[in-house]
Amino acid sequence: MSARVVLQQADIARALTRISHEILESNRGADDLVLLGIPTRGVILADRIAALISGIAGTAIEAGSLDVTMYRDDLAKHPTRTPAPTHIPASGIDGKTVVLIDDVLYSGRTIRAALDAIGDIGRPRAVRLATLVDRGHRELPIRPDFVGKNLPSAQTERINVHLVELDGADLVSIDEVRA
Amino acid sequence: MRHLLSTRDLSRDAAIELLDVAEDMADTQLREVKKLPTLRGKTVVNLFFEDSTRTRISFEAAAKRLSADVINFSAKGSSVSKGESLKDTAQTLQAMGADAVVIRHPASGAPQTLATSGWIDAGILNAGDGTHEHPTQALLDAYTIRKRVHGSASRGKDLDGLRVTLVGDVLHSRVARSNVWLLTTLGATVSLVSPPTLVPVNTTGWPVAIGYDLDEAIEGKPDVIMMLRIQAERMRDAFFPNSREYSKRWGLDDGRLGKLQATTIVMHPGPMNRGLEISAAAADSPQSTVREQVTNGVSVRMAALYLLLSGDREDA
Repeated sequence: MSARVVLQQADIARALTRISHEILESNRGADDLVLLGIPTRGVILADRIAALISGIAGTAIEAGSLDVTMYRDDLAKHPTRTPAPTHIPASGIDGKTVVLIDDVLYSGRTIRAALDAIGDIGRPRAVRLATLVDRGHRELPIRPDFVGKNLPSAQTERINVHLVELDGADLVSIDEVRA
Repeated sequence: MRHLLSTRDLSRDAAIELLDVAEDMADTQLREVKKLPTLRGKTVVNLFFEDSTRTRISFEAAAKRLSADVINFSAKGSSVSKGESLKDTAQTLQAMGADAVVIRHPASGAPQTLATSGWIDAGILNAGDGTHEHPTQALLDAYTIRKRVHGSASRGKDLDGLRVTLVGDVLHSRVARSNVWLLTTLGATVSLVSPPTLVPVNTTGWPVAIGYDLDEAIEGKPDVIMMLRIQAERMRDAFFPNSREYSKRWGLDDGRLGKLQATTIVMHPGPMNRGLEISAAAADSPQSTVREQVTNGVSVRMAALYLLLSGDREDA
């Protein structure tokens, strides 16, 4: 059971740069843009993309985090999860374009929870979704707007995203969990 | 967490986790929509065999903000007055499908009995039992202290090095007992100041220093001073000559308030006997956290309910 590396550090950097350009293009600039990362690694990615977009557009854009634990539909099926903090930028999300950012998009249930959480915080003009890896197997009608890498996978496989800030290296790998 | 019965058996990590979850809950209470869908479909029963205002309302608000259904039960006007036993009441609740029972009872150990008897599968939350414990009160006190000391950077922090003085009716106070254990677990040094007649008979094993002189304690510059309520309803003896005498020697009056350091936090679990154990000026001063304690109580109880009711019960 050895992990197969599918994205190296340079691949991740290129993917994030491309996503940053795509977000700017679809939003026609950096105005009224708020990035919300989903803990844990989505928050790191949101900060990186915010820095990239600020560099490209020349204006600082706001990034925060959105914890979805309290909105999950599978709380009773797992051991108790500890929530992570939510930080919404001070100017709020009303009338803004919110881009949700997560590391891996899988069943879509996390994003469903995130949409409910956003509804309780305010009313954005639009909500978009960016993900570093889309591994398929959606269980809900949810589709990402910005994708770093499409990674068709079997449900028995496991996708591991490592980021420098947390894991010491930038790396995406796949390994087989169940036979 | 399966039950929350006392703070004595709460580990440091478990206590800090609960306080951190309470911070997240407090954040959600600043939103436009305060209600979270987390405990949708769960039933929380408030089983109150003793009078209570803030604890019952606080638990009810906490459960409702998490979308649980709340059933309020008070012994007055129920079949308890017809002589129903705790066992039969518990089995009735079990038959109705309660997921958590918040119990307040005049007998120490009643929540423990419910939790271990096998009469009911629900998670049990102790909301005050006799003169034993009141864990959520101690947790909200710890939360309030941590918030005052560390401000917005309080996540993950403990109470290392803080000196807390509890003053008054320790004998009848479950709040004092829960605080002694919890605050010590979190790293604080706890001391008690009380009339000799209101010190528990046996305090062996309590991690505290016991004094009898409030002025001496104030000269020691404590970081926190917590006034306990004189529990007249539990007093079947003359523990002090009269209330004026008590107030003069052990009450936080205006003179003593002036001698406190400006940074000392003044706490009271409520309900207050203004003019007896605490003066109106002390209760309403900027150093007082009485109202913060009530606000924080809802967040702490949301955290307790969340940790008790979410997650796979088989793993707990």
